[in-house]
Amino acid sequence: MASEPLVELVSVNKHFGALHVLKDINLAIAPGEVVVVIGPSGSGKSTLCRVINRLEGIDSGTITIDGVPLPAEGKELAKLRAEVGMVFQSFNLFAHRTILQNLTLGPVKVRKVAPAVAKEQALALLDRVGVRDQAEKYPAQLSGGQQQRVAIARALALNPKVILFDEPTSALDPEMVGEVLDVMVALAKAGMTMVVVTHEMGFARKAADRVVFMADGQIVEESDPETFFTKPTSARARDFLGRILTH
Amino acid sequence: MLDLVREYDVLGAFWVTVQLTVYAAVGSLVIGTVIAILRVSPVRIFSWAGAMYVNVVRNTPLTLIVFFLFFCLYQLLGWHLAPLSARSSTHAFVWGVVGLSLYHASFVAEALRSGINTVGVGQAEAARSIGLDFGQSLREVILPQAFRGAIAPLGNTMIALTKNTTVVSTIGVAEASYAMKNAIEFSPNVLYLIFAVMSLGFVVLTLPMGVLFTQVSRRLAVQR
Repeated sequence: MASEPLVELVSVNKHFGALHVLKDINLAIAPGEVVVVIGPSGSGKSTLCRVINRLEGIDSGTITIDGVPLPAEGKELAKLRAEVGMVFQSFNLFAHRTILQNLTLGPVKVRKVAPAVAKEQALALLDRVGVRDQAEKYPAQLSGGQQQRVAIARALALNPKVILFDEPTSALDPEMVGEVLDVMVALAKAGMTMVVVTHEMGFARKAADRVVFMADGQIVEESDPETFFTKPTSARARDFLGRILTH
Repeated sequence: MLDLVREYDVLGAFWVTVQLTVYAAVGSLVIGTVIAILRVSPVRIFSWAGAMYVNVVRNTPLTLIVFFLFFCLYQLLGWHLAPLSARSSTHAFVWGVVGLSLYHASFVAEALRSGINTVGVGQAEAARSIGLDFGQSLREVILPQAFRGAIAPLGNTMIALTKNTTVVSTIGVAEASYAMKNAIEFSPNVLYLIFAVMSLGFVVLTLPMGVLFTQVSRRLAVQR
């Protein structure tokens, strides 16, 4: 790819105690690229997602976002995190704040946007993800699918350079998966850089530019979705696909 | 009964109890919040200091703390928190409030920490992921929810504080139990009545507190 990578991981290693969860990971993500990370549970894919905005520290290697190495804990890190949106499996909307306040908190406190402006932008984002009529409610009053769409809007509210999705549909009832994936596909089409850890193969086929397959803390295979799903080269990937695609 | 109340100025004594309670409640909430923040701080020396405070103070008898403050710091070392010209009962009152505040701060800190523990890890992670720093995460996301989760245990602490104000009668603060001691000494013929009046006075103070805290905690509960 011609352009400079937006997110770059070089020789990243991480341990949880004796467990080596990320083994010498190298990954470069171009601006506008949608990378889907799949793999069996315990393969390190969620950890990979969480080290990119340093919710988890790493033991060795470097991570750079738009050419800037990830700073250590502190104000600098907080500033950089605002550039990297994150959508969690369990939504994690702020339970004591309304939907609207969930969206305006970051812009007002971190970006110092005027509250009135932030509110206007927040309402536009809620409109975009289809939950504008819920703006004054609290998270617990919304369905899981609505909450996750709000979580995506909350990430978007900071105009991030990249958004990380950590199994965004795994905690949802099946009938709500579609509405969240629709928002994500629209986002991908609009050119957002995305790293998506998911089990939704349909999304991978429809929206991914690249599929990264992880197992045992390593990137085993990476290719475009078409190649990956039809002609996987590694035995691990064939085995994994065989198990999830047969039922 | 009215004679008893009038003769020993029971209402005035309970008014001192109320004042001790209110000042010490504010003091312990402020100090306790600081201690709780220290305890959950990622900086090890801070969390160590917070834990140290809670463990030392919580396990020291209140009487001992009040005596130490009053006799060592005030009388021996001459530390004045009130103007020198103030009456000695004023000095005793101020040191009593300090002692009660310091002591109950350890319980407030623990109540808040239990409240912080009811706030899921995901809330803190989400706060960090939108770029809030440690202080902002605490202020905007964690503490508002922690306070709501801590209201019931805080209520327990405040009720205990109300009753523990009786301890400062030992340094000469003329609160309710001080009046009771006088009444027992000079009117032993109505002993049962004295106890009845005193316990009634405390029930009148603490029962509404319990009801209030329960109601507030229910009203402000964070829906998850």
